[in-house]
Amino acid sequence: MDYRTVPTTCVYCGCGCELVLKVLDGKLTGVLPSKTQPVSRGKLCIKGWTAHEFVESGKRLKKPLIKKGDELVEAGWEEALDAIASKLKSIKDESGADSIAVLCSAKATNEENYLLQKWSRAVVGTNNVDHCARL
Amino acid sequence: MDALRSKVEELLKSGEIAGFLGMRIVHEHPYPYLFTDKESVLLSTLTIGDVRYPLAKVILDIARKYRDAKLGIMVRGCDESALFELYKNYQLDPEKVIALGVTCPAEQVEKCRCPRPNPTNIIVGEKREVKADRSNLAMIEAMGEKEKYQYWMGQLGKCMKCYGCRNICPVCFCEVCTLEHEDLVRRGEIPPEVPNFHLVRAFHMAGRCVDCGLCEEACPASIPLRTLYQKVREIVKTHFDYLPGEDRESVPPFQLLGDGSFEISEK
Repeated sequence: MDYRTVPTTCVYCGCGCELVLKVLDGKLTGVLPSKTQPVSRGKLCIKGWTAHEFVESGKRLKKPLIKKGDELVEAGWEEALDAIASKLKSIKDESGADSIAVLCSAKATNEENYLLQKWSRAVVGTNNVDHCARL
Repeated sequence: MDALRSKVEELLKSGEIAGFLGMRIVHEHPYPYLFTDKESVLLSTLTIGDVRYPLAKVILDIARKYRDAKLGIMVRGCDESALFELYKNYQLDPEKVIALGVTCPAEQVEKCRCPRPNPTNIIVGEKREVKADRSNLAMIEAMGEKEKYQYWMGQLGKCMKCYGCRNICPVCFCEVCTLEHEDLVRRGEIPPEVPNFHLVRAFHMAGRCVDCGLCEEACPASIPLRTLYQKVREIVKTHFDYLPGEDRESVPPFQLLGDGSFEISEK
């Protein structure tokens, strides 16, 4: 019998609401709003209240998929990264860096998002950077 | 506080309980935590905390998985009230729960307008005066019909349908919820149908709501939900002489209705 609550930050948008994950025997069973954290002060929207659901979802993407013909085929990371790099390179060569846009994620950390925009601007050479939390 | 820690240690070490649900400081914030025998060393971090979490609801989560285990729980007056309702509704077996009481600081009792600050078995804290207060209700009752209607339509219209009131409610124990029934509540519609959505919840609170106020604390739109459910409590008290959460013994109206004596006969 192991029950604990794990404080974390909601991953759904840029507000940064604080919540605690309810964990029973290593499985997420739900969410409680954090009462004492200053950002959300014990309140959450419906996304925060259900923020645990995707973790155990059967629909969750766990391995890279590469589109071959009409089908998405499971692939290794090496192959997937190679495919992305060569495709980006060819698009940049043919149509210029501004034909590429990058969408960051609220489910990544602040630092990861910083790196992604840095990579977009400095490596790819595009300023077309946006984020799903810019609602 | 030491009295509570040593009592919990005794219960865990003797094997009388498999775990104790209390609060623990994590990164300087108090959160619910289940202390078990294996981790009794962590007991030094057991705290009461100056905020309330729905501990009765949390223990229900655990008890549903571990039906035979006996568990300890730290209770404020409101937590114990919720436990009473869970017992009476056959959600939790009172034989499997040991409740150790704590009382809130006087300021907290005042702030909560607390109707039942003193749990049965107080281990930590002094007895507090009841601060129940129906001034918010009286304010609405003083309004004219039209004004009252406009007030509630305005308040309930702020709802963003987060379900926080239901999710945090320690006596909302149903595993299937009417408010998620696709034929009754349209998905993706915000605000939900006003006032029906909230009135359905208010009806379901009849004979159950212990007036802890956690719903109102969790509402991002500051809807005066507690006032609404207070009215429901008063109606139940008037007609059935029952106040949910008041004590362990009195019989809730739904059990009273069970023998059919209140049914209206068709003639």
